[in-house]
Amino acid sequence: MSRILVPCHVKGTVALQVGDVRTSQGRPGVLVIDVTFPSVAPFELQEITFKNYYTAFLSIRVRQHTSAHTPAKWVTCLRDYCLMPDPHSEEGAQEYISLFKHQMLCDMARVLELRLILRQPSPLWLSFTVEELQIYQQGPKSPSMTFPKWLSHPVPCEQPALLCEGLPDPSRVSSEVQQMWALTEMIRASHTSARIGRFDVDGCYDLNLLSYT
Amino acid sequence: MLQEESDLSLIIAQIVQKLKGSNLYSQLERQAWASLQRPEIKLESLKEDIKEFFKISGWEKKLQNAVYSELSVFPLPSHPAAPPEHLKEPLVYMRKAQGSWEKRILKSLNSMCTELSIPLARKRPVGEQKELLNKWNEMGTDEPDLSLFRPVYAPKDFLEVLINLRNPNYENGDSLSFRTHLGLIQVPLKVKDIPELKECFVELGLNIGQLGIDDSTQVPPELFENEHVRIGQKVLAEQDSAAAQQYIRQGSPTALRAELWALILNISSQPEDVLYYEQLKTNVIQHDLLVDSLIYKDVKLTASNDDYYFVFEDYLYQVLLCFSRDTSVLSHFAYNSASPPKSYIRGKLGLEEYAVFYPPNGVIPFHGFSMYVAPLCFLYHEPSKLYQIFREMYVRFFFRLHSISSHPSGIVSLCLLFETLLQTYLPQLFYHLREIGAQPLRISFKWMVRAFSGYLATDQLLLLWDRILGYNSLEILAGKTSGTSRNGTRLKEAPLPWNSDKEPQVLAAAVFAFRAVNLMEVTSLAAAEAVLADLSTLKVMPLLQIFLFATVT
Repeated sequence: MSRILVPCHVKGTVALQVGDVRTSQGRPGVLVIDVTFPSVAPFELQEITFKNYYTAFLSIRVRQHTSAHTPAKWVTCLRDYCLMPDPHSEEGAQEYISLFKHQMLCDMARVLELRLILRQPSPLWLSFTVEELQIYQQGPKSPSMTFPKWLSHPVPCEQPALLCEGLPDPSRVSSEVQQMWALTEMIRASHTSARIGRFDVDGCYDLNLLSYT
Repeated sequence: MLQEESDLSLIIAQIVQKLKGSNLYSQLERQAWASLQRPEIKLESLKEDIKEFFKISGWEKKLQNAVYSELSVFPLPSHPAAPPEHLKEPLVYMRKAQGSWEKRILKSLNSMCTELSIPLARKRPVGEQKELLNKWNEMGTDEPDLSLFRPVYAPKDFLEVLINLRNPNYENGDSLSFRTHLGLIQVPLKVKDIPELKECFVELGLNIGQLGIDDSTQVPPELFENEHVRIGQKVLAEQDSAAAQQYIRQGSPTALRAELWALILNISSQPEDVLYYEQLKTNVIQHDLLVDSLIYKDVKLTASNDDYYFVFEDYLYQVLLCFSRDTSVLSHFAYNSASPPKSYIRGKLGLEEYAVFYPPNGVIPFHGFSMYVAPLCFLYHEPSKLYQIFREMYVRFFFRLHSISSHPSGIVSLCLLFETLLQTYLPQLFYHLREIGAQPLRISFKWMVRAFSGYLATDQLLLLWDRILGYNSLEILAGKTSGTSRNGTRLKEAPLPWNSDKEPQVLAAAVFAFRAVNLMEVTSLAAAEAVLADLSTLKVMPLLQIFLFATVT
């Protein structure tokens, strides 16, 4: 299914913490990232991709456009999605993740704003966030074509004259010959990815020193 | 689920793409064309009849083995947004550490080159080529002057790099707290504990027969050994890789081992493979590389001095020199965190058409590298087959033992697994050794980097390597099924036997447990090393079983 990138504006992360940020000892374990779409009309969300950086759990809330005059409400569409199975260890810490429409708890038809709530309960990490956030909406469906009438409603063909016994049915033979031909074409078209195995350049392997880049 | 289906089709597409370039593909094609002449193949049901023919003639089995082999070696396809370096190594700081380690190695090699005024590569004059060809089978008798050469690095240098590995996002406070690692490795990778290892290595349990335990002279062979050998012969007759891998977890009878390993690694000596090896031999004869001298030096220092392996010295040269010229090894760098060193043809610096890899296979040997090949010489005597087996073992397992990576089978995880096991189950011993300045990893690191080659008696080593192949993992050396996920969703929890890598770590911890009484009495690192210097009398399987299944936790 094709998808289109939706330009979004990612606001700075806001840490949620009890008490005064300056004086308290620990680091925040909850961060909130707001994502707005200033120049885009309410759209249907297809996919969210990002690169994780030490976030353990992710929740997403969405604000959708509603008709009439009811104010848009925040709805949780993803709750405590686990990105790191063990928050104290590195597993999943820097992985690329995709979240799809069908994984969401609610309909994502007319998205106005998104709010990502990141949680990292482990005190071992100095910081955590998500990076390279990208939002996609559904791409255009394949253009519909109008078929000429004779293609979509073929004239019923006349019954062929009954052949003598013993000869194969011509329509079947032709379909099989077609299959054989298609097979041959396919084999000819496919190229092997076999390597050549040469390490020198035209027989010469006289080298400089090794490069550091 | 929708996601898993698309993941599956992606995996299938990837495997098909890889297999299309292989010999097997052209062989299957030829067989299919030839089979058209057979009477049972009818035009109406062409596809099904050919499939049936493949099944009966054993070609389907070969294809199955090839697919199984691909699944075992190549990682699952990653997220489309992930760059190729993410597939090599997902954690950025580890990539950087591997990059700087490689730079150090390159600098060392370059300085050796300039100091000794020896070119990195040199075309041999015709006379020298003839001479080398004549003494190809006895290169060990050659006594070149290697005194000026030194190994590029030794395992202990690599250990220092691993000890200094730090995650910049990790709380590495100065004061001791619950987050401090008491061992040498300071990165918080996920490792298994004994209950998880027991689940993983269930076939090593106390109530299951093992070769290495239940084939000793006191045990009557009717109890286990005879039946096990019979099953082994059946597995070989079926030529099924997956069945062989399952079978070998309980050990392999000596007579069947060579064939079983070849089956598991999906190596069948075709004429093309022999031809390929001969081509590599020609490359060795034509060009002389600086790396060759390093190989010579390594073999002379390690394998030639070993009571078990000195007889194979000539074989080692024949394998390792060809290995350095084999460009097909370059493909494993797609999933190896390391990268092959690059250079340019003299006078064409910076021009991409003249960029080459050095050595051609991208692997710079270190001190002890030849010990990866030495045990295989007991099993295979034909050079091209020995070569193929070694190459496959290297690109599946051994490369992980000398590159910095977060992979559960990588050396960093193995070290952490070893230290964690020791701390958890032998806390007094661990504390004591730490207090006297003999961190256990300093002693066991060299065992794990060499996969115990050269430290254990050969028959015990081969039993250990049986399990490495059986579980497709190195954890038995010091262990984890990762169930790698794409997009964060876990793929269906199919048991992934090909992702555990823990036996050698478990063995290392088990060895410490076995000699714990003596170790508690030592008062220095040197004394601790002396207690653990000689492992040649150890029996591997009883140690593993006791540590995993019989230790009171």
